Amino acid sequence: MIRMSTLSLASLLLIAGATSVLAAGSEADFKAAYAAAEAANKEAAGLRNQWTTTAAALAAAKKAADSGDFDQAVAFSKEAEALAQASVFQSKTEKEAWKALEIR
Amino acid sequence: MASTIRVRAISSGETTEVQALIQHPMDSGFVKDAKGELIPPHFIQQLTFEYDGKSVFVADWGPAVSKDPYVKFSFKGGKKGDDLKISWVDNKGATDTTTAKIQ
Amino acid sequence: MRSAIHLASAAFALAALSFGAAQLAAAADTPDPVADAMAFQKYFTTKFPKLKLEDFVNGPYSMNEDMHRQWEEKEQFPPYDFALDAGKEMFSKPFKNGKSYADCFPNKGIGIRQNYPYFDEKEGKVVTLELALNRCREANGEAPFSYVKDEMAALTAYMAFTSRGKPFDIKIPNDPRALEAYENGKRYFYTRRGQLNFSCASCHVQSGGERIRAEVLAPALGILNAMPIYRSEWGGMGTISRRFMTCNSQTRGVPLNPQDDEYRDLEYYLSYVSNGLPISGPGARP
Repeated sequence: MIRMSTLSLASLLLIAGATSVLAAGSEADFKAAYAAAEAANKEAAGLRNQWTTTAAALAAAKKAADSGDFDQAVAFSKEAEALAQASVFQSKTEKEAWKALEIR
Repeated sequence: MASTIRVRAISSGETTEVQALIQHPMDSGFVKDAKGELIPPHFIQQLTFEYDGKSVFVADWGPAVSKDPYVKFSFKGGKKGDDLKISWVDNKGATDTTTAKIQ
Repeated sequence: MRSAIHLASAAFALAALSFGAAQLAAAADTPDPVADAMAFQKYFTTKFPKLKLEDFVNGPYSMNEDMHRQWEEKEQFPPYDFALDAGKEMFSKPFKNGKSYADCFPNKGIGIRQNYPYFDEKEGKVVTLELALNRCREANGEAPFSYVKDEMAALTAYMAFTSRGKPFDIKIPNDPRALEAYENGKRYFYTRRGQLNFSCASCHVQSGGERIRAEVLAPALGILNAMPIYRSEWGGMGTISRRFMTCNSQTRGVPLNPQDDEYRDLEYYLSYVSNGLPISGPGARP
């Protein structure tokens, strides 16, 4: 149940991200999108729950930006942000949800 | 240096059962290290067990055999107290050999 | 549209879940490790009625006939033999200053592995065997070992070997900080993490004895008793630190640092609930 909601949240954010990508793809856009993704990932780090796929998406964003493909870089940054936010969501819900699994 | 070969040979009736554990990296040559460079192939190419001057088990190995290989087999014959000689040669020309008493 | 519906139903499910969880939480307000351990062991002995308590220390090898046969064969010529010999040599060799590991540990470091981890009341934290070994090195002017490489694995292999057969004897002193460390470890064990959304419990409580791809999963009871292990998958020895980190990355969670508080507390919890089960380390696994 939890897993479905994190995936649907991620896909919701991804759809939201994709529409804005079509509108612009400049370096400034990349910097803003990347910063947002990093901020979310930093929050996940504070919660001790970063995902490896978030790190991979951030790396892919940086690589695309370095080669000048800012459209792709923004897309990867938005994906990283979605993943990071999903990992934060996971931490917050697990704060109570873990008790349901506990052997008593 | 300590032998790379540990062996136990137990004779019962007409057969002798042999187990051996050999310490060797058995690098296939297909694996990359942390820097992304290929670790060169380094593996045992031939493993021989000899009893009474004759080979009772010969293995021709390649990169598919895993690290620290373990071998188990039986051969007809072998008496308690007799010697069993084990030796290997790898693709770099290194060798090791040991002799064990059959129990 | 679909996403919105999913979100709404997920939110509803979440609300229902937290309501139920809140009721449970109210019931179990004060931690009771003794009751936890009893319930934990009962859960697994009920799930696997054919097994004796000590069988659990062999993890996947106790889960089916074929695997058990493989284990018996492996024990005749264990792959950890080389690491064990290396560990014994390392343990007896004095440091540059003339002292040795024996000077850092009770009973000269022999036959004590079953008492780790312990709660250090002076420091206010859990101390694991791996941590204690590195602290011993540093206190005697030696560089610490990596927690995930061969040297630490060899050392802990030897120390485990000297404790073979001794039951886990983890103590939680009457100190609120110790109880909190225990609870932290328990919480870590049951919390889902990583993109794959697994908790330790997902595999080792709910699916012990079943398969994940081609591997048979070990039940959580007794899961640390055989550590460190020679894992065929790794082609070598691995410490508890290494296993915790790889479990994290396998669920697509970024691993923490070895011996971070969470890992120390997790080891504390897992060892405590396996109190009474014999140390069987070093071990071998597929």
